[in-house]
Amino acid sequence: MPRTHINCTVNGDAVDFLADDATSLLDALRDELSLTGAKEGCATGDCGACSILVDGKVNCACLMFAPEAEGRDILTVEGIADGDHLHPLQQTFLEGAALQCGICTPGFLVAAKALLDENPEPTETEIRFALAGNLCRCTGYDKIIRSVQEAAVQLKGATT
Amino acid sequence: MTATDAPKSTDYKWVGTRPIRHDGYDKVTGKARFAADLNLPGQLRGAFLRSPHAHARIVSIDTSAAEAMPGVKSVVTGADFPDLDAKNPDHDVAVNIIARDTVFYNGHVIAAVAATTRPEAEAAAAAIEVEYELLPAVLTIDESLAEGAPLANANNLTKFVKGGEPSNLATVTDLDRGDVEAAFAAADVVVEHEFDTAAVHQGYIEPHGCVVDVGPDGKADIWASSQGHFRVRSMTATTLGWDTARVKVTPAEIGGGFGGKTTIYLEPIAARLSEKAGRPVKIVMTRAEVMQATGPAPSSQSRVKIAATKDGELTAMDASFAYGVGAFSSMAGLIGAMSVASYKFPNLKLHAVGALTNTPKSAAYRAPSAPHASFAIESVVDEIAQKLDMDPIEIRLKNAVVEGDPTSMGMPQPKVGFVECLEALRDSEHYQSPVPEGAARGIGTGFWFNIGEQSSATVNLNENGTATVITGSPDIGGSRASMALMAAEELGIDVYSITPVVADTEAVGFTDVTEGSRATFATGMAVVNACRELVEELRARAAKMMKVDVEAVSWVDGSAVAEGQDPISLAAITAKAKSTGGPLNATGSLNAAGAGPSFAVHCCDLKVDEETGHVDILRYTAVQDAGTAIHPSYVEGQMQGGSVQGIGWALNEEYVFNDDGVMVNAGFLDYRIPVASDLPMVETIIVEVPNPSHPYGVRGVGETGIVPPMATVGNAIQRATGTRMTSLPMSPPKILAALDNEG
Repeated sequence: MPRTHINCTVNGDAVDFLADDATSLLDALRDELSLTGAKEGCATGDCGACSILVDGKVNCACLMFAPEAEGRDILTVEGIADGDHLHPLQQTFLEGAALQCGICTPGFLVAAKALLDENPEPTETEIRFALAGNLCRCTGYDKIIRSVQEAAVQLKGATT
Repeated sequence: MTATDAPKSTDYKWVGTRPIRHDGYDKVTGKARFAADLNLPGQLRGAFLRSPHAHARIVSIDTSAAEAMPGVKSVVTGADFPDLDAKNPDHDVAVNIIARDTVFYNGHVIAAVAATTRPEAEAAAAAIEVEYELLPAVLTIDESLAEGAPLANANNLTKFVKGGEPSNLATVTDLDRGDVEAAFAAADVVVEHEFDTAAVHQGYIEPHGCVVDVGPDGKADIWASSQGHFRVRSMTATTLGWDTARVKVTPAEIGGGFGGKTTIYLEPIAARLSEKAGRPVKIVMTRAEVMQATGPAPSSQSRVKIAATKDGELTAMDASFAYGVGAFSSMAGLIGAMSVASYKFPNLKLHAVGALTNTPKSAAYRAPSAPHASFAIESVVDEIAQKLDMDPIEIRLKNAVVEGDPTSMGMPQPKVGFVECLEALRDSEHYQSPVPEGAARGIGTGFWFNIGEQSSATVNLNENGTATVITGSPDIGGSRASMALMAAEELGIDVYSITPVVADTEAVGFTDVTEGSRATFATGMAVVNACRELVEELRARAAKMMKVDVEAVSWVDGSAVAEGQDPISLAAITAKAKSTGGPLNATGSLNAAGAGPSFAVHCCDLKVDEETGHVDILRYTAVQDAGTAIHPSYVEGQMQGGSVQGIGWALNEEYVFNDDGVMVNAGFLDYRIPVASDLPMVETIIVEVPNPSHPYGVRGVGETGIVPPMATVGNAIQRATGTRMTSLPMSPPKILAALDNEG
């Protein structure tokens, strides 16, 4: 199958790679760019483990074809921290024990970042609905929700 | 505030604190490597051909077309694997991972292909031609147990029955104590119901995956996600007919298991494909494959009849449980009978069976078999409380087992904290608060044994006074942090100067699977034993440095202390290790006895929408006896996670099969596990009744939390609607139907 040459920005870096038209963006990120932070839990858009930001909006990387990334600005979990300085969400997830096995964590962090970027003071209900597309089987969500709430408080404190 | 400043639950310095888990940084930055995250040079991708039939004889398999397809490097069928003796404990695993002459369920693997890409492997697998002769299939417990039913698996011989002919019964267990008939005749109240529960999946988000490289020396290097890589090693070697020494297994991070990753599906297939192709092979299941062909928890049918006096003493229970275990033998029935252990029941009659069906081989799921039995028993006990106008906690307190009371099997309970859990819920703010307008409140309880088994640990002190704690227990819920905390407490050094490692099968001593809530308990003891040996050695080294007798040296808060001498810190001793006798390290190993059973009590406020049948959980509290909470945050996490899995089991989750035995909801869209917007916070109350058999009192907390929710939710629904739900899941259509019947 002919392969397409794709140019895009991933985690702030200009990158290019080859992919055939049937390859998902998730497979391209993982196999062509070795960014294995986004996970495949279902490949049908039901679990959110592959959540990435495309031009700032949450997407399931498994539901996009790789050529759709052309010219887009993509953020994966690997790009959330500022070098070794963790994003407040990463820090509150650690301190709040919001992860057990950790397979869903990259997707939750990306989806939660998108939420807080758009809505810096979400209610608990807004957080729960914003993250309803991300499945976690270990935690029962309690500590995830609390960690997002705490990150929102910290981010607000940092900007005022 | 750092996380470790949070309030401690004990008087220890480290045990009971809440440090950031050591493996956490890799998991929030995307660096942690799970099964599917490894790629090797020259790696091929594997794919399967699976049975479209629930039960059929394989007449012939033609792989020639597949082998000629682009990119294909190797193809295997059941003929590429040895037939194990029927008495081999791994016989059924061997047949389950790839069919020989018969397929036993829809989705049973028939052949596998390795090709340069996954699409090529999938296309080639689809091109394999198989001729089948259909056999009659049994799909439900009723069909399995019917007189004259066809055999689901002609190789199955019933266990615990002398001279057993092939049958659909996996096990038959009968327990009898006291005089049940007399007790029922004398009872003031008798309540009896029949219950059924659908098969459910563990629902781990990470599909099974592995990378296997068989080298020219014939050795297999395996990278796999599992709850126990030593079991992956032994099962892989056995099913290939290999010596164990040919297999090395490196544990990947595991993306959830809950019991479902205590067995194998992929590794021997990938090994044989790799051996044939001379290249590494990676296989990762699709979600549909995970649902169709890996470990559901059994379905069940049960009947429970309980007698009580007017004072609320439960005098007798007569119960039968049938577990639909899938296409291979299983201990689910026996374990279900054994899990009946919460109430004294002076008179008890139990009958429990496992029934084979042509559905996927069932696997362990968190406190396996206990939720089914507990749903039934706790529902009936709750109804007795209502009939007697008793508080539901009060009736349970009156009958709760304490140390010395027998379980269903007659073994005396060790020191347990059931009463303490019930009292903690009774006295909680939740239980004391008024039930919200329009809602109802239910409670339920659960029990799980917990287990010990074999563990090994190595502790290396580094030259700068830090330590590496190496174990063979895959960390499925924060156990590395627990190991580090116990080592910090023993050695008297900072928890962050300890690096906990889960090592491969060639780098640490044999360790059983992470299951039965045993890792922090048993592997923790191996760590403690190694640390204690090290402390002895540290005292000896310090005595040498101080030029005093070792008896004069004690170990206090990370330093050697002797009268008239300046204390010498652990780091000062390790810095001088070369001149005092060489590197400091020690191993601990044991077959742990004295696992402490854990009880849990849950409470739920909910509303039922009588128009739609939807249940809205408003408030949920989980109380559980942890023995001692080594890392309270992860104890809470286990309680919360178990609770929500149980809520899913109660309200939504079920395997739906069509008449041909095909699972028709094999994906997360149609097999719907709870999502964040379905739930409230899950409040936790950790009860600590220390287990006297563990140096820190650990009981193990992973499993019990899934046992109470189904009855907790069902009892609340009953109190909300006046209707007893006896069938799981209590999904909207069933609730509407039940309400209609009542109306």
